[in-house]
Amino acid sequence: MKHLLTAALPRDEAIALLDLAEDMHQIQDRDVKKLPALRGRTVVNLFFEDSTRTRSSFEIAGKWLSADVINVSGKGSSASKGESLRDTGLTIAAMGVDGVVVRSGSSGAPALLADWIGRPVVNAGDGTHEHPTQALLDAFALRRRIHGADASRGKGLDGVRVAIVGDIAHSRVARSNALLLPALGAAVTLVGPPSLLPPPAADGTRLGVRAETSLDAVIAEQPDALMLLRVQLERQAGKVAPSPAEYITGWSLTDERLARLPKAQIMHPGPMNRGLELSSRAADGEASTVLEQVTAGVSVRMAVLYSLLASDQGGSR
Amino acid sequence: MTQSRIVLGPDEIARALTRIAHEILEANHGPKDLVLLGIPTRGVHLAERLAARLTDITGEDFAARTGALDITMHRDDLRARPTRAPHPTRIPAVGIDDQVIVLVDDVLYSGRTIRAALDALSDLGRPRAVRLAVLVDRGHRELPIRADSVGKNLPSARSEHVSILLDEVDGEDAVVIEDGAA
Repeated sequence: MKHLLTAALPRDEAIALLDLAEDMHQIQDRDVKKLPALRGRTVVNLFFEDSTRTRSSFEIAGKWLSADVINVSGKGSSASKGESLRDTGLTIAAMGVDGVVVRSGSSGAPALLADWIGRPVVNAGDGTHEHPTQALLDAFALRRRIHGADASRGKGLDGVRVAIVGDIAHSRVARSNALLLPALGAAVTLVGPPSLLPPPAADGTRLGVRAETSLDAVIAEQPDALMLLRVQLERQAGKVAPSPAEYITGWSLTDERLARLPKAQIMHPGPMNRGLELSSRAADGEASTVLEQVTAGVSVRMAVLYSLLASDQGGSR
Repeated sequence: MTQSRIVLGPDEIARALTRIAHEILEANHGPKDLVLLGIPTRGVHLAERLAARLTDITGEDFAARTGALDITMHRDDLRARPTRAPHPTRIPAVGIDDQVIVLVDDVLYSGRTIRAALDALSDLGRPRAVRLAVLVDRGHRELPIRADSVGKNLPSARSEHVSILLDEVDGEDAVVIEDGAA
Protein backbone atom coordinates (compact mmCIF):
# COMPACT_ATOMS: atom_id res chain seq x y z
CA MET A 1 0.00 0.00 0.00
CA LYS A 2 1.55 3.27 -1.13
CA HIS A 3 -1.42 5.59 -0.53
CA LEU A 4 -4.80 5.24 1.13
CA LEU A 5 -7.19 6.80 -1.39
CA THR A 6 -10.11 4.39 -1.28
CA ALA A 7 -11.77 1.94 1.08
CA ALA A 8 -11.89 -0.61 -1.75
CA LEU A 9 -9.31 -2.85 -0.13
CA PRO A 10 -8.87 -6.59 -0.56
CA ARG A 11 -10.19 -8.51 2.44
CA ASP A 12 -6.78 -9.66 3.70
CA GLU A 13 -5.33 -6.18 3.46
CA ALA A 14 -8.30 -4.68 5.30
CA ILE A 15 -8.09 -7.27 8.08
CA ALA A 16 -4.33 -6.72 8.39
CA LEU A 17 -4.95 -2.98 8.80
CA LEU A 18 -7.66 -3.58 11.41
CA ASP A 19 -5.37 -5.98 13.29
CA LEU A 20 -2.59 -3.40 13.19
CA ALA A 21 -5.09 -0.89 14.57
CA GLU A 22 -5.77 -3.35 17.42
CA ASP A 23 -2.06 -3.23 18.26
CA MET A 24 -2.16 0.56 18.14
CA HIS A 25 -5.31 0.56 20.28
CA GLN A 26 -3.29 -0.79 23.23
CA ILE A 27 -1.73 2.66 23.59
CA GLN A 28 -5.05 3.85 25.02
CA ASP A 29 -4.30 1.94 28.23
CA ARG A 30 -0.85 3.42 28.68
CA ASP A 31 0.45 6.28 30.77
CA VAL A 32 3.00 7.18 28.10
CA LYS A 33 1.05 7.54 24.86
CA LYS A 34 4.03 7.66 22.57
CA LEU A 35 5.64 5.19 20.21
CA PRO A 36 8.85 6.05 18.38
CA ALA A 37 8.01 4.41 15.05
CA LEU A 38 7.67 7.63 12.99
CA ARG A 39 10.32 9.67 14.76
CA GLY A 40 11.79 12.17 12.33
CA ARG A 41 8.87 11.89 9.89
CA THR A 42 6.77 14.93 9.04
CA VAL A 43 3.08 14.67 8.17
CA VAL A 44 1.03 17.56 6.83
CA ASN A 45 -2.71 17.66 7.43
CA LEU A 46 -3.91 19.61 4.40
CA PHE A 47 -7.55 20.43 5.09
CA PHE A 48 -9.45 22.47 2.54
CA GLU A 49 -12.74 21.78 4.34
CA ASP A 50 -13.85 22.33 7.90
CA SER A 51 -13.17 19.37 10.12
CA THR A 52 -12.53 19.07 13.80
CA ARG A 53 -12.66 15.39 14.59
CA THR A 54 -10.92 13.97 11.55
CA ARG A 55 -8.14 16.54 11.63
CA SER A 56 -7.50 16.23 15.36
CA SER A 57 -7.73 12.44 15.11
CA PHE A 58 -5.03 12.39 12.42
CA GLU A 59 -3.00 14.87 14.44
CA ILE A 60 -3.15 12.74 17.58
CA ALA A 61 -2.40 9.59 15.59
CA GLY A 62 0.70 11.15 14.05
CA LYS A 63 1.91 12.60 17.33
CA TRP A 64 1.46 9.35 19.25
CA LEU A 65 3.72 7.75 16.64
CA SER A 66 6.27 10.55 17.23
CA ALA A 67 5.84 12.17 13.80
CA ASP A 68 5.84 15.93 13.51
CA VAL A 69 2.36 16.97 12.40
CA ILE A 70 1.62 20.30 10.77
CA ASN A 71 -1.92 21.49 10.09
CA VAL A 72 -2.59 23.55 6.99
CA SER A 73 -6.16 24.67 6.58
CA GLY A 74 -7.71 25.88 3.35
CA LYS A 75 -8.94 29.06 4.94
CA GLY A 76 -6.14 31.54 5.39
CA SER A 77 -3.75 29.49 3.25
CA SER A 78 -2.55 30.37 -0.22
CA ALA A 79 -5.42 28.28 -1.64
CA SER A 80 -7.70 31.12 -0.68
CA LYS A 81 -5.42 33.39 -2.67
CA GLY A 82 -6.08 31.33 -5.79
CA GLU A 83 -3.22 28.83 -5.72
CA SER A 84 -4.03 25.56 -7.46
CA LEU A 85 -4.16 22.24 -5.64
CA ARG A 86 -1.15 21.10 -7.63
CA ASP A 87 0.96 24.10 -6.66
CA THR A 88 -0.05 23.83 -3.01
CA GLY A 89 0.84 20.13 -3.02
CA LEU A 90 4.17 20.62 -4.74
CA THR A 91 5.05 23.47 -2.38
CA ILE A 92 4.37 21.33 0.66
CA ALA A 93 6.25 18.39 -0.85
CA ALA A 94 9.21 20.67 -1.59
CA MET A 95 9.49 21.44 2.11
CA GLY A 96 10.48 17.82 2.63
CA VAL A 97 7.38 16.38 4.23
CA ASP A 98 7.05 12.58 4.27
CA GLY A 99 3.29 12.24 3.92
CA VAL A 100 0.16 14.30 3.29
CA VAL A 101 -3.30 13.80 4.76
CA VAL A 102 -5.77 15.65 2.58
CA ARG A 103 -9.40 16.67 3.04
CA SER A 104 -11.02 18.39 0.10
CA GLY A 105 -14.45 19.36 -1.09
CA SER A 106 -13.49 18.12 -4.56
CA SER A 107 -14.01 14.44 -5.27
CA GLY A 108 -10.78 12.95 -6.60
CA ALA A 109 -8.43 15.65 -5.27
CA PRO A 110 -6.38 13.20 -3.12
CA ALA A 111 -5.80 10.89 -6.09
CA LEU A 112 -4.54 13.79 -8.19
CA LEU A 113 -2.29 14.94 -5.37
CA ALA A 114 -0.89 11.42 -5.01
CA ASP A 115 0.10 11.45 -8.69
CA TRP A 116 1.70 14.86 -8.45
CA ILE A 117 3.76 14.83 -5.27
CA GLY A 118 5.35 11.37 -5.24
CA ARG A 119 4.89 10.59 -1.57
CA PRO A 120 2.21 8.87 0.48
CA VAL A 121 -1.21 10.52 0.48
CA VAL A 122 -4.11 9.66 2.78
CA ASN A 123 -7.62 10.60 1.71
CA ALA A 124 -9.30 12.18 4.74
CA GLY A 125 -12.53 12.77 2.83
CA ASP A 126 -12.98 14.09 -0.71
CA GLY A 127 -16.25 15.70 -1.69
CA THR A 128 -19.04 13.17 -2.05
CA HIS A 129 -16.58 10.46 -3.05
CA GLU A 130 -14.80 8.60 -0.25
CA HIS A 131 -13.66 8.71 3.36
CA PRO A 132 -11.67 5.50 3.76
CA THR A 133 -10.38 5.97 7.32
CA GLN A 134 -13.97 6.56 8.47
CA ALA A 135 -15.03 3.22 6.96
CA LEU A 136 -12.03 1.51 8.55
CA LEU A 137 -12.82 2.93 11.98
CA ASP A 138 -16.49 1.96 11.58
CA ALA A 139 -15.41 -1.59 10.72
CA PHE A 140 -12.98 -1.60 13.65
CA ALA A 141 -15.58 -0.45 16.20
CA LEU A 142 -18.24 -2.81 14.81
CA ARG A 143 -15.85 -5.78 14.75
CA ARG A 144 -15.08 -5.19 18.44
CA ARG A 145 -18.80 -5.06 19.29
CA ILE A 146 -19.60 -8.21 17.33
CA HIS A 147 -16.66 -10.42 18.33
CA GLY A 148 -15.59 -8.79 21.60
CA ALA A 149 -12.59 -6.53 22.11
CA ASP A 150 -10.20 -9.41 22.84
CA ALA A 151 -11.43 -11.74 20.11
CA SER A 152 -11.52 -9.49 17.03
CA ARG A 153 -8.08 -10.11 15.60
CA GLY A 154 -7.97 -11.85 12.26
CA LYS A 155 -11.74 -11.75 11.85
CA GLY A 156 -14.00 -10.09 9.31
CA LEU A 157 -17.65 -9.13 9.57
CA ASP A 158 -19.02 -12.25 7.92
CA GLY A 159 -22.79 -12.41 7.94
CA VAL A 160 -23.15 -9.12 9.84
CA ARG A 161 -26.09 -7.13 8.48
CA VAL A 162 -25.55 -3.37 8.45
CA ALA A 163 -28.11 -0.76 7.42
CA ILE A 164 -26.75 2.66 6.45
CA VAL A 165 -29.44 5.31 6.79
CA GLY A 166 -29.76 8.84 5.49
CA ASP A 167 -28.41 11.01 2.73
CA ILE A 168 -26.61 8.25 0.85
CA ALA A 169 -26.17 10.18 -2.39
CA HIS A 170 -24.07 12.94 -0.83
CA SER A 171 -22.23 10.72 1.66
CA ARG A 172 -18.61 9.71 1.21
CA VAL A 173 -18.97 7.76 4.45
CA ALA A 174 -21.73 5.63 2.90
CA ARG A 175 -19.72 5.04 -0.27
CA SER A 176 -16.57 3.99 1.57
CA ASN A 177 -18.55 1.71 3.87
CA ALA A 178 -20.42 0.22 0.92
CA LEU A 179 -17.01 -0.74 -0.48
CA LEU A 180 -15.27 -1.91 2.69
CA LEU A 181 -17.92 -3.69 4.74
CA PRO A 182 -18.96 -6.16 1.99
CA ALA A 183 -15.27 -6.96 1.42
CA LEU A 184 -15.19 -7.98 5.08
CA GLY A 185 -18.22 -10.21 4.59
CA ALA A 186 -20.99 -7.91 5.83
CA ALA A 187 -24.33 -7.48 4.07
CA VAL A 188 -24.99 -3.77 3.60
CA THR A 189 -28.37 -2.17 2.95
CA LEU A 190 -28.62 1.52 2.09
CA VAL A 191 -31.76 3.25 3.35
CA GLY A 192 -32.91 6.75 2.54
CA PRO A 193 -35.46 8.99 0.87
CA PRO A 194 -35.62 8.28 -2.89
CA SER A 195 -34.24 11.75 -3.61
CA LEU A 196 -31.14 11.00 -1.50
CA LEU A 197 -30.27 7.58 -2.91
CA PRO A 198 -27.65 7.35 -5.65
CA PRO A 199 -28.89 6.17 -9.07
CA PRO A 200 -29.29 2.40 -9.43
CA ALA A 201 -27.00 0.27 -11.53
CA ALA A 202 -28.34 -2.06 -14.22
CA ASP A 203 -28.75 -4.87 -11.66
CA GLY A 204 -30.76 -2.62 -9.32
CA THR A 205 -28.01 -2.21 -6.74
CA ARG A 206 -26.80 1.19 -5.64
CA LEU A 207 -23.09 1.63 -4.85
CA GLY A 208 -22.94 -2.11 -5.47
CA VAL A 209 -25.26 -3.01 -2.60
CA ARG A 210 -28.97 -3.29 -1.88
CA ALA A 211 -30.98 -0.12 -1.34
CA GLU A 212 -34.37 0.44 0.29
CA THR A 213 -36.52 3.47 0.94
CA SER A 214 -38.45 2.31 4.01
CA LEU A 215 -36.52 2.40 7.28
CA ASP A 216 -39.39 0.68 9.05
CA ALA A 217 -39.22 -2.26 6.64
CA VAL A 218 -35.46 -2.59 7.20
CA ILE A 219 -35.90 -2.35 10.98
CA ALA A 220 -38.36 -5.25 10.76
CA GLU A 221 -35.48 -7.36 9.38
CA GLN A 222 -33.57 -6.74 12.65
CA PRO A 223 -30.18 -5.67 11.27
CA ASP A 224 -27.13 -6.16 13.50
CA ALA A 225 -26.10 -2.54 13.16
CA LEU A 226 -27.75 0.69 12.10
CA MET A 227 -25.45 3.44 10.88
CA LEU A 228 -27.09 6.85 10.84
CA LEU A 229 -25.51 9.41 8.54
CA ARG A 230 -25.43 13.08 9.26
CA VAL A 231 -27.98 15.10 7.31
CA GLN A 232 -25.53 17.31 5.47
CA LEU A 233 -27.28 20.62 5.44
CA GLU A 234 -24.23 22.34 3.93
CA ARG A 235 -23.99 19.93 0.99
CA GLN A 236 -27.57 19.72 -0.23
CA ALA A 237 -28.45 23.41 0.16
CA GLY A 238 -32.14 22.69 0.52
CA LYS A 239 -32.52 21.57 -3.07
CA VAL A 240 -33.41 17.93 -2.97
CA ALA A 241 -34.07 16.83 0.56
CA PRO A 242 -37.31 16.14 2.30
CA SER A 243 -38.05 18.72 4.95
CA PRO A 244 -36.73 18.02 8.46
CA ALA A 245 -40.23 17.03 9.55
CA GLU A 246 -40.56 14.56 6.68
CA TYR A 247 -37.08 13.21 7.36
CA ILE A 248 -37.89 12.57 11.02
CA THR A 249 -41.14 10.86 10.11
CA GLY A 250 -39.51 8.51 7.63
CA TRP A 251 -35.83 8.05 8.45
CA SER A 252 -34.94 9.27 11.93
CA LEU A 253 -34.07 6.72 14.62
CA THR A 254 -36.68 7.89 17.08
CA ASP A 255 -37.26 6.42 20.54
CA GLU A 256 -40.17 4.50 19.08
CA ARG A 257 -38.03 2.93 16.32
CA LEU A 258 -35.19 2.30 18.77
CA ALA A 259 -37.58 0.21 20.88
CA ARG A 260 -38.05 -2.10 17.89
CA LEU A 261 -34.27 -2.70 17.68
CA PRO A 262 -33.37 -4.33 20.98
CA LYS A 263 -30.13 -5.90 19.71
CA ALA A 264 -28.71 -3.60 17.03
CA GLN A 265 -25.53 -1.56 17.44
CA ILE A 266 -26.23 2.14 16.83
CA MET A 267 -23.49 3.90 14.88
CA HIS A 268 -23.01 7.48 13.75
CA PRO A 269 -19.91 9.06 12.20
CA GLY A 270 -20.60 12.41 13.83
CA PRO A 271 -21.16 15.21 14.27
CA MET A 272 -24.70 14.26 15.27
CA ASN A 273 -27.82 16.34 14.80
CA ARG A 274 -29.73 15.05 17.82
CA GLY A 275 -33.43 14.81 17.15
CA LEU A 276 -32.90 14.75 13.39
CA GLU A 277 -30.90 11.59 12.54
CA LEU A 278 -31.45 9.94 15.89
CA SER A 279 -32.90 10.59 19.31
CA SER A 280 -30.74 11.34 22.33
CA ARG A 281 -31.76 8.00 23.81
CA ALA A 282 -30.37 6.26 20.72
CA ALA A 283 -27.20 8.37 20.74
CA ASP A 284 -26.43 7.83 24.42
CA GLY A 285 -27.75 4.30 25.03
CA GLU A 286 -25.79 1.10 25.68
CA ALA A 287 -26.04 0.14 22.01
CA SER A 288 -24.45 3.38 20.81
CA THR A 289 -20.91 3.01 19.47
CA VAL A 290 -20.47 6.73 18.80
CA LEU A 291 -17.64 7.39 21.24
CA GLU A 292 -15.99 4.04 20.53
CA GLN A 293 -15.92 5.07 16.87
CA VAL A 294 -14.06 8.24 17.81
CA THR A 295 -11.50 6.31 19.87
CA ALA A 296 -11.17 3.75 17.08
CA GLY A 297 -10.43 6.61 14.68
CA VAL A 298 -7.12 7.38 16.38
CA SER A 299 -6.04 3.72 16.36
CA VAL A 300 -7.03 3.18 12.72
CA ARG A 301 -5.22 6.35 11.61
CA MET A 302 -2.12 5.30 13.55
CA ALA A 303 -2.25 2.01 11.66
CA VAL A 304 -2.59 3.80 8.32
CA LEU A 305 0.23 6.27 9.00
CA TYR A 306 2.47 3.47 10.26
CA SER A 307 1.77 1.33 7.19
CA LEU A 308 2.51 4.16 4.77
CA LEU A 309 5.39 5.92 6.47
CA ALA A 310 7.39 3.61 8.75
CA SER A 311 9.51 1.97 6.07
CA ASP A 312 11.55 3.54 3.31
CA GLN A 313 10.94 0.40 1.31
CA GLY A 314 7.24 0.94 0.93
CA GLY A 315 4.33 -0.92 2.31
CA SER A 316 4.98 -4.55 1.47
CA ARG A 317 4.42 -6.45 4.67
CA MET B 1 25.88 -26.25 -0.65
CA THR B 2 24.38 -25.21 2.66
CA GLN B 3 25.56 -27.22 5.64
CA SER B 4 23.32 -27.37 8.69
CA ARG B 5 23.75 -29.13 11.98
CA ILE B 6 21.63 -29.47 15.08
CA VAL B 7 23.42 -28.09 18.12
CA LEU B 8 20.62 -28.60 20.67
CA GLY B 9 17.89 -31.25 20.57
CA PRO B 10 14.60 -31.38 22.47
CA ASP B 11 16.05 -32.91 25.65
CA GLU B 12 18.87 -30.39 25.81
CA ILE B 13 16.46 -27.49 25.30
CA ALA B 14 14.23 -28.84 28.08
CA ARG B 15 17.18 -29.20 30.46
CA ALA B 16 18.46 -25.71 29.61
CA LEU B 17 15.04 -24.19 30.37
CA THR B 18 14.82 -26.06 33.68
CA ARG B 19 18.24 -24.77 34.64
CA ILE B 20 17.31 -21.20 33.63
CA ALA B 21 14.15 -21.44 35.76
CA HIS B 22 16.27 -22.38 38.79
CA GLU B 23 18.76 -19.61 38.04
CA ILE B 24 15.97 -17.02 37.88
CA LEU B 25 14.67 -18.12 41.29
CA GLU B 26 18.14 -18.23 42.79
CA ALA B 27 19.10 -14.75 41.60
CA ASN B 28 15.78 -13.36 42.86
CA HIS B 29 15.91 -15.24 46.20
CA GLY B 30 12.55 -16.84 45.42
CA PRO B 31 9.51 -16.09 43.29
CA LYS B 32 8.55 -12.73 44.83
CA ASP B 33 7.61 -9.98 42.31
CA LEU B 34 8.87 -11.90 39.27
CA VAL B 35 7.19 -11.14 35.94
CA LEU B 36 8.19 -12.95 32.72
CA LEU B 37 7.84 -11.10 29.42
CA GLY B 38 8.59 -12.99 26.22
CA ILE B 39 9.65 -11.15 23.07
CA PRO B 40 7.55 -12.27 20.07
CA THR B 41 7.42 -14.64 18.54
CA ARG B 42 9.49 -17.47 19.96
CA GLY B 43 10.44 -15.65 23.15
CA VAL B 44 6.76 -15.72 24.13
CA HIS B 45 6.64 -19.52 23.93
CA LEU B 46 9.90 -19.83 25.84
CA ALA B 47 8.51 -17.52 28.56
CA GLU B 48 5.43 -19.72 28.81
CA ARG B 49 7.58 -22.82 29.13
CA LEU B 50 9.66 -21.17 31.84
CA ALA B 51 6.46 -20.13 33.62
CA ALA B 52 5.26 -23.75 33.67
CA ARG B 53 8.54 -24.82 35.26
CA LEU B 54 8.45 -21.99 37.80
CA THR B 55 4.90 -22.99 38.72
CA ASP B 56 6.03 -26.60 39.20
CA ILE B 57 8.97 -25.58 41.36
CA THR B 58 7.30 -22.91 43.52
CA GLY B 59 3.59 -23.78 43.43
CA GLU B 60 2.82 -20.16 42.53
CA ASP B 61 0.66 -19.37 39.49
CA PHE B 62 3.26 -18.06 37.07
CA ALA B 63 0.88 -18.16 34.10
CA ALA B 64 -0.69 -15.06 35.65
CA ARG B 65 2.75 -13.43 35.82
CA THR B 66 3.75 -14.06 32.22
CA GLY B 67 3.11 -11.91 29.16
CA ALA B 68 4.49 -10.68 25.87
CA LEU B 69 6.40 -7.51 25.03
CA ASP B 70 6.37 -6.47 21.38
CA ILE B 71 9.30 -4.32 20.32
CA THR B 72 8.43 -3.65 16.67
CA MET B 73 7.64 0.04 17.15
CA HIS B 74 10.93 0.56 18.97
CA ARG B 75 13.21 -1.10 16.44
CA ASP B 76 16.04 1.00 15.03
CA ASP B 77 15.74 -0.54 11.55
CA LEU B 78 12.09 0.25 10.75
CA ARG B 79 13.08 2.48 7.86
CA ALA B 80 15.55 0.11 6.33
CA ARG B 81 13.24 -2.91 6.25
CA PRO B 82 9.83 -3.54 4.66
CA THR B 83 6.96 -2.55 6.93
CA ARG B 84 6.67 -4.96 9.83
CA ALA B 85 3.39 -5.90 11.42
CA PRO B 86 3.66 -5.70 15.20
CA HIS B 87 2.55 -8.45 17.58
CA PRO B 88 0.29 -7.92 20.57
CA THR B 89 1.83 -6.85 23.85
CA ARG B 90 0.27 -8.57 26.87
CA ILE B 91 1.15 -7.23 30.29
CA PRO B 92 0.05 -9.38 33.26
CA ALA B 93 -2.53 -7.89 35.60
CA VAL B 94 0.10 -7.18 38.28
CA GLY B 95 1.66 -4.67 35.87
CA ILE B 96 5.37 -3.96 35.70
CA ASP B 97 5.83 -1.14 38.21
CA ASP B 98 8.19 -2.27 41.00
CA GLN B 99 8.27 -5.82 39.64
CA VAL B 100 11.36 -7.77 38.65
CA ILE B 101 10.97 -8.25 34.91
CA VAL B 102 12.65 -11.18 33.21
CA LEU B 103 12.82 -10.60 29.45
CA VAL B 104 12.87 -13.89 27.56
CA ASP B 105 14.10 -14.28 23.98
CA ASP B 106 15.33 -17.09 21.80
CA VAL B 107 18.65 -15.74 20.48
CA LEU B 108 20.87 -12.97 21.80
CA TYR B 109 22.92 -11.57 18.90
CA SER B 110 23.56 -7.86 18.27
CA GLY B 111 21.66 -6.80 21.41
CA ARG B 112 19.50 -4.38 19.42
CA THR B 113 16.28 -6.27 20.15
CA ILE B 114 16.96 -6.02 23.87
CA ARG B 115 17.75 -2.31 23.56
CA ALA B 116 14.36 -1.87 21.90
CA ALA B 117 12.71 -3.98 24.61
CA LEU B 118 14.19 -1.78 27.35
CA ASP B 119 12.77 1.29 25.61
CA ALA B 120 9.39 -0.38 25.20
CA LEU B 121 9.39 -1.28 28.90
CA SER B 122 10.17 2.24 30.02
CA ASP B 123 7.09 3.47 28.14
CA LEU B 124 4.95 1.02 30.12
CA GLY B 125 6.19 1.71 33.62
CA ARG B 126 9.14 1.45 35.98
CA PRO B 127 10.24 -2.04 36.95
CA ARG B 128 12.42 -2.51 40.03
CA ALA B 129 14.88 -4.48 37.93
CA VAL B 130 15.10 -6.01 34.46
CA ARG B 131 16.83 -9.34 33.81
CA LEU B 132 17.43 -11.20 30.58
CA ALA B 133 17.14 -14.92 29.86
CA VAL B 134 17.92 -16.33 26.40
CA LEU B 135 18.06 -19.83 25.01
CA VAL B 136 21.11 -19.15 22.84
CA ASP B 137 23.81 -16.49 23.02
CA ARG B 138 25.64 -16.44 19.70
CA GLY B 139 27.89 -13.45 20.39
CA HIS B 140 28.62 -10.52 18.03
CA ARG B 141 27.17 -7.89 20.37
CA GLU B 142 26.85 -4.36 18.95
CA LEU B 143 25.64 -2.82 22.21
CA PRO B 144 26.75 -3.15 25.84
CA ILE B 145 24.13 -5.77 26.75
CA ARG B 146 24.51 -9.21 28.34
CA ALA B 147 22.17 -11.97 29.47
CA ASP B 148 21.70 -13.07 33.09
CA SER B 149 20.78 -16.62 32.09
CA VAL B 150 21.89 -18.40 28.94
CA GLY B 151 20.76 -21.84 27.79
CA LYS B 152 23.72 -22.35 25.50
CA ASN B 153 26.66 -20.19 24.49
CA LEU B 154 27.07 -20.78 20.79
CA PRO B 155 30.16 -19.14 19.27
CA SER B 156 29.28 -18.53 15.64
CA ALA B 157 30.51 -16.73 12.59
CA ARG B 158 28.45 -13.79 11.35
CA SER B 159 28.00 -15.63 8.07
CA GLU B 160 26.31 -18.48 9.87
CA HIS B 161 22.58 -18.53 10.53
CA VAL B 162 21.24 -19.74 13.87
CA SER B 163 17.61 -20.97 13.85
CA ILE B 164 15.58 -21.82 16.91
CA LEU B 165 12.76 -24.25 16.17
CA LEU B 166 10.03 -24.60 18.78
CA ASP B 167 7.26 -27.15 18.87
CA GLU B 168 4.56 -24.45 19.25
CA VAL B 169 5.58 -22.72 16.00
CA ASP B 170 7.70 -25.14 14.02
CA GLY B 171 6.44 -28.56 15.14
CA GLU B 172 9.76 -29.58 16.68
CA ASP B 173 12.33 -28.43 19.21
CA ALA B 174 15.84 -27.81 17.90
CA VAL B 175 18.62 -25.26 17.64
CA VAL B 176 20.12 -25.42 14.15
CA ILE B 177 23.20 -23.67 12.83
CA GLU B 178 23.53 -23.22 9.09
CA ASP B 179 26.57 -22.25 7.11
CA GLY B 180 25.60 -19.06 5.32
CA ALA B 181 28.46 -19.23 2.82
CA ALA B 182 26.52 -21.35 0.39
